[in-house]
Amino acid sequence: MYTDKVIDQFQNPRNVGELADADGVGEVGSPACGDIMKMFLKIENDVIVDVKFKTFGCGAAVATSSIATEMIMGKTLEEAEKLTNSMVVDELGGLPQEKVHCSVLAEQAIKAAIKDYRSKEVK
Amino acid sequence: MQRRYFDYAATTPIDKRVLEVMIPQIENNFGNPSSVYSFGREARKSIDESRDTVARVLNAEPKEIFFTSGGTEADNWAIIGTAFANKNKGNHIITTSIEHHAVLHTCKYLEKHGFEVSYLPVDEYGMVDPEDVRNSIKESTILITVMYANNEIGTIQPIKKIGEIARENDVYFHTDAVQAFGSIEIDVKDLNVDMMSISGHKIYGPKGIGALYIRKGVKIDNLIHGGGQERKKRAGTENTPAIVGFAKACELVTENLKESAEKAIELRDYMIKNILENIDEVRLNGHPTERLPGNVNVSIRYIEGESILLSLDLIGIAASSGSACTSGALDPSHVLLAIGLSHEIAHGSLRFSIGKDTTREEVDFVLEKLPAIIQRLRDMSPLYNS
Repeated sequence: MYTDKVIDQFQNPRNVGELADADGVGEVGSPACGDIMKMFLKIENDVIVDVKFKTFGCGAAVATSSIATEMIMGKTLEEAEKLTNSMVVDELGGLPQEKVHCSVLAEQAIKAAIKDYRSKEVK
Repeated sequence: MQRRYFDYAATTPIDKRVLEVMIPQIENNFGNPSSVYSFGREARKSIDESRDTVARVLNAEPKEIFFTSGGTEADNWAIIGTAFANKNKGNHIITTSIEHHAVLHTCKYLEKHGFEVSYLPVDEYGMVDPEDVRNSIKESTILITVMYANNEIGTIQPIKKIGEIARENDVYFHTDAVQAFGSIEIDVKDLNVDMMSISGHKIYGPKGIGALYIRKGVKIDNLIHGGGQERKKRAGTENTPAIVGFAKACELVTENLKESAEKAIELRDYMIKNILENIDEVRLNGHPTERLPGNVNVSIRYIEGESILLSLDLIGIAASSGSACTSGALDPSHVLLAIGLSHEIAHGSLRFSIGKDTTREEVDFVLEKLPAIIQRLRDMSPLYNS
């Protein structure tokens, strides 16, 4: 049911952890639903210079978080904001239909982290 | 990679001795059991002998055994058949909140057709209180259906007591014994049941075959309409090889029941003890002693069941979980919620089921690998603080 790429991202997730000095943090999902994704961004001159994640969830939730961090690493905020869940699914070589919501969470977590950064910046 | 199977509650591999009796049936005994000529009579003979065997192991009469396509059909038939046949007597059915979907969804279906269903709660161990059953009975109650043992958490229900209450109140009593049969001793007369569902593939028999025991005198409508098979109660040309294999499986599984149960209990308790001792923040789901010999069900905090299953699968271990992600649903297992677990804890449930071929070496392999798998997932979890 999972592609080799999903399995690889689940088994060897990239960028797991937290950033103590994160400039933006985004958390989406809830324990009740069985999925929580937390994204930590380090931003310099509107460029994502580091990103880490923590995820509570199924194999697809871990894999989508992991690949999403790879896809936005080194990108400008503007580019990162353009990341959609279907781009995440494509990058993984597809996801089972009932797991597509995991990719939506990944997109939302990144957007939430960027929003958090922007809200701090204004102040 | 060597694979280790820990999902005997989902299904079992076929016993070679079952396969041996099925092959000649598939090869040679193809006649339609309803035909008058010798081809038909030979198939009929195989079915009759099989029915005798199934009846004998359950302490029932052969004419009280009706072959079905499996446990799900048997459950549907028992519930829908008695509901419709007795609807002028009443429209109330009593069941529990932890039944298999074959029972729960059938009850939901009947609710759409004018029946009223009481879903009894269970305690923290998943046990139904027989007094709740007694207190729920009213003038319009026509059927009580309570599973013998729960498929997820393994809790064994006080079926005999509930059967007594049903008898005292002149209400039909059905039990879904699909998960219990083959693991614990079953005597339909002793249990006070009017109907009981059993299945082939849970007892090292073939899939697609099961039976409904219907005590003589029970008023029940047909579910499958058509020809006059199964004493005009269940239409459809009989699946002779599956019936023969099922009967053989029934015979074999009850033959050494005591020893195999003892062996499974020893492995089960060893596994539970080890998991609870060696992994933090883990709880046992289900009753500590009144549980199926092969059932281990634990909830592991801060992580989600499917990711544990996937990690186990990658090293060849097959297990199961009550997490929503394993079923494609949004909610975790209704059984785990019914015993009072929060959604979060229910999502982290893990079931290992032990069978007749499970070895100590296999259990040790799981116990050796599990802590690291859990730690890796916890280290990734935003809910976990080490």
